[in-house]
Amino acid sequence: MSTALDLTPAPASAPRSRRILTQARTEATLMLRNGEQLILALVIPIGLLVAGLLWGGRLGLDPALLPPSVLALALWSTSFTSLAIATAFERRYGVLERLVATPLTRGDLIVGKALATASVAALQVAVIAAVALLLGWRPGFTVASLAVALAAVALALVTFAGFALAVAGRLRAEATLAVANLVYLVAAAGGALVLPLAAYPAWAHLPLSLTPFAALGETLRLTSVGALPLIPLLVLAAWAALALLVARKAFRWTS
Amino acid sequence: MPTDPAPALDLRGVEVELGGRRVLDGLTFTAAPGAVTALLGPNGAGKTTTIRVLTGLVAAQAGSVSVLGHAPGHPDALAQLGLMPQSTGAWSGITPRGLLRHLGGLYANPHPAETLVEAFALGPFADTPYRRLSGGQQQAVNLAGALIGRPRFALLDEPTAGMDPHARRRTWQVIRDLADAGVGVLLTTHAMDEASALADHVWIMDAGRITIDGTVPALTAEASLEDVFLRHTRAGA
Repeated sequence: MSTALDLTPAPASAPRSRRILTQARTEATLMLRNGEQLILALVIPIGLLVAGLLWGGRLGLDPALLPPSVLALALWSTSFTSLAIATAFERRYGVLERLVATPLTRGDLIVGKALATASVAALQVAVIAAVALLLGWRPGFTVASLAVALAAVALALVTFAGFALAVAGRLRAEATLAVANLVYLVAAAGGALVLPLAAYPAWAHLPLSLTPFAALGETLRLTSVGALPLIPLLVLAAWAALALLVARKAFRWTS
Repeated sequence: MPTDPAPALDLRGVEVELGGRRVLDGLTFTAAPGAVTALLGPNGAGKTTTIRVLTGLVAAQAGSVSVLGHAPGHPDALAQLGLMPQSTGAWSGITPRGLLRHLGGLYANPHPAETLVEAFALGPFADTPYRRLSGGQQQAVNLAGALIGRPRFALLDEPTAGMDPHARRRTWQVIRDLADAGVGVLLTTHAMDEASALADHVWIMDAGRITIDGTVPALTAEASLEDVFLRHTRAGA
């Protein structure tokens, strides 16, 4: 060592709130600094939004319903794809193994991750909504429909994050990267996340409406025009419970 | 050697099976507080799994484990440990300064990150993403990270792997300084010179169990430590 360091033991944990905030701040900062994750979080959704609002009319897209669809896509990418990839590489690089040997408890780590994901999601919603408002979107939320929308967002974040942790906890980092991106595209293109359920053939309505993607997309679209869709909310609640169970069973801390 | 009768680490008959393979097979050893204990073994002997058992990451399926008087993984034990992992142990995009600030935020009385940056000469690469550091630089950051919480006991998993001779000798001095300050150290290694130079007590393990132990003078009374090691272990994986 080039400088004398007092190595006398003086170990003590920081208070829980500080541990969680430290974890959340680091994770959110790393997420926002990562170029690929930023593309998923903001660049693709904003590109879709701008293109859809400017030229979507020619394709029959309803400009009133596009912003909530894009919000659903952004939330999906952050809470599933980005989280799964980031967590898988944390396992690969031994980050989780190191953190487990500090005062950060596993509960702290999960809450920290949840806070980081929720913070990035809130930032996405703010930026995407601002761009949509600038381009003329005038949502028709009521107090009740906004409450339903927020509940749906919370349940969807839990659902997608639970499955993200399950995938990241079981697959190798490279496999997680491939699976998370593939599932992202499949759900975005064919999960009634971005396109309304009504745009799909009639036979697909029931199976699609039981997926968390359609449940989130439909809830945000309908609540944004003042409706109160409660069945998709129940679907999301069921998925959230299942995702928590699966994550609890499947997640592993080391590679 | 310290006089405290209660060992800081106490493992008795520990068994761990992972993926159908018995990794720890009746592992029994102790580590005294304020002393340097070396755990020597070939690749695949179970050294890293032993560290994972001590941090509570892997549960022992049989036997007993005590870490600073607590069950492994107990919050009071974890707060007093400092871990230097064998593999990277950091986000690829984080800087050494950022990692130290992060780890420091988890403790009540951490060393300031800047103090460690200076003490471990991390300055020239303190703001470089971890993935761009050399193996030796990453190890230096990992050692600083293990000490930031002012631990009572440090678990150092092959701490000098990848270091050049200068960095290696600096790390040895840190380990001596830790013991002088009353910090217990468990050092896993397969470097005989490292164990000879630093350890108060050496445990040699093979296939998940201890095959011989003693002080360096006792073990090397009739042969070199390397000969003792070769006699009591099989070729690693």
